[in-house]
Amino acid sequence: MRTHSTNLIHKLNLIAVKIRKHVIEMLYRAESGHPGGSLSAVDALVALYFHHMKHDPNNPDDPDRDRFILSKGHAAPALYAVLAECGYFDVKELKNLRKINSRLQGHPVNYMIPGVEASTGSLGHGLSFAVGVALAGRLDKKNYNVYVMLGDGETDEGQIWEAAAAASHYKLDRITALLDRNYLQIDGNTEEVLRLESIRERWGSFGWNIIEIDGHDIGEILDALHRADEHTRQPSLIVLNTVKGKGVSFMENNVDFHGVPPNEMEYRLAMQELNLLEKKLEVYY
Amino acid sequence: MTKKRINPRNAYGETLVELGKKYPNIVVLDADLSKSTKTIMFAKKYPERFFDMGIAEANMISTAAGLASCGKIPFASTFAVFATGRVYDQIRMDVAYSKANVKIFATHGGISVGKDGASHQMIEDLALMRVLPNMTVLTPSDAPQTKKIVELMASTEGPMYARVGRASAPVIYKYEDLKNLRIGEGIVVEDGDDVSIIACGTMVDPALDARKKLLKENDIHVRVIDMHTIKPLDKKLICKCARETNAIITVEEHSIIGGLGSAVSELLAEEGFSIKFKRMGVKDTFCESGDPKDLLEKYELNEKHIVKTVRQMI
Ligand SMILES: Cc1ncc(C[n+]2csc(CCOP(=O)(O)OP(=O)(O)O)c2C)c(N)n1
Ligand SMILES: [Mg+2]
Repeated sequence: MRTHSTNLIHKLNLIAVKIRKHVIEMLYRAESGHPGGSLSAVDALVALYFHHMKHDPNNPDDPDRDRFILSKGHAAPALYAVLAECGYFDVKELKNLRKINSRLQGHPVNYMIPGVEASTGSLGHGLSFAVGVALAGRLDKKNYNVYVMLGDGETDEGQIWEAAAAASHYKLDRITALLDRNYLQIDGNTEEVLRLESIRERWGSFGWNIIEIDGHDIGEILDALHRADEHTRQPSLIVLNTVKGKGVSFMENNVDFHGVPPNEMEYRLAMQELNLLEKKLEVYY
Repeated sequence: MTKKRINPRNAYGETLVELGKKYPNIVVLDADLSKSTKTIMFAKKYPERFFDMGIAEANMISTAAGLASCGKIPFASTFAVFATGRVYDQIRMDVAYSKANVKIFATHGGISVGKDGASHQMIEDLALMRVLPNMTVLTPSDAPQTKKIVELMASTEGPMYARVGRASAPVIYKYEDLKNLRIGEGIVVEDGDDVSIIACGTMVDPALDARKKLLKENDIHVRVIDMHTIKPLDKKLICKCARETNAIITVEEHSIIGGLGSAVSELLAEEGFSIKFKRMGVKDTFCESGDPKDLLEKYELNEKHIVKTVRQMI
């Protein structure tokens, strides 16, 4: 177990609250979008972009950069907020999400925004894309890592399993998939819509290294990413046990907030909660 | 006189091998059909740059997009039916929408696939690919042109789809004469001022045969256009044909809906030409198993039927 300084973890937790506030603000202004899956993904995104990944906002096309692919493209607001806070583009632009003439499309587009690797939105493609990126890295003798975030419902898609087989067959140990295991998809609980368990056995039998953690514990995420990077000859799957809507009480575990933005009252309440959380963290820090 | 025939699939495989040397960043993917698509030639020469993705076409296309995002030039191959319809969403998102430099090269297009039947006879691929923004759609008509077009695919940036048939194709061109071939510019293979036949792929050769027969037997002067690029369409050349000849016929081994015939008729209508016009192709039906020759006869896509169509129109 690698231990990270409490300072670092506090810093990242604070950033995560800031990102959650951006997400709520963006969705409220856009009057559309996906709060639940954006909020559940935030902590992993923050751990990746603000500490773990090798990347440079001033040189987004650096051939040696680590890659992150948001396969569950509907969590775009979280990715955009993270990219903006990293410095890939102006934070002020976040308010343009889903607006006409904006680069911030409802789902990410590779060539529009620096830092976005793949156009997603149709679920099930991202892991295959990661396979291509990892194969290219191997041919070019690069040692970048490829991270890809999957929704749990998304893994209903057959293409995910084609890609899981390919990543394992080609021993793409530079791939780390992060599974946002929030147990919800649109029509309800993942185990009722189309059973995913046992995730460990399924992915294990496909030849993957599996790491299961609390997906909202930044320390655990950082440790898991490190272990995944160190693991050789197999791709790794980090099962992030998460809560859909994490950080906003009335959105948590609430399937109704999958693809519905907050109304004005909900927006105020959500911001109140997040501001409070931010204050608490600041005091502690 | 028997015609010299070369299989365009072999031309594809051989050209990939040649290009493999010139372009170290070319990679090739296949979906368990490398012996048929002839990507196996590249696989043997450059095993480290060849990826057999198994019978998993969706994964193949998205993987190709990932490779392209790192500066590779991926050629992804399988049968036309699996290279387009099966993976439409992957092509739409990861290739066309993303403006990825992915080259999809499909074989076994059209009904002359023969005995495998309609499950393997792709007659909608040109329509499916043509409707995608950013996509270039190509249909080489013989082996030398296939070589030239594959070279252009490698040297030209952007999403591209090309298809050839299964069978050996009569040789129409000398490779040396194709130096000036450009994507988006049709070729006037033979000139004439009565009727223009705008053909693509496997239908260029029977159009040329039909031309000979009509000249000899009826003194009808047919212009034959090889429209190897379905998109972007050569508007200038088509309008020229509409001005200079009295009728236009399109011929393709594809549904009459959505492919070359549709593209040409859309253009003629919008440009305000009122001209005798006929689309030859598969008439909105699935075909069946059979010898390719018999199929092309039954579904009216050979020299005989082109001759008949021209005579009826004049
Ligand atoms: C191929 C495809 N089918 C359907 C959808 C519509 N859709 C958007 S999000 C979603 C549910 C995703 O659930 P999950 O992967 O668990 O995401 P999360 O819970 O993290 O939001 C669906 C069905 C889509 N975007 N793509
Ligand atoms: Mg989910």
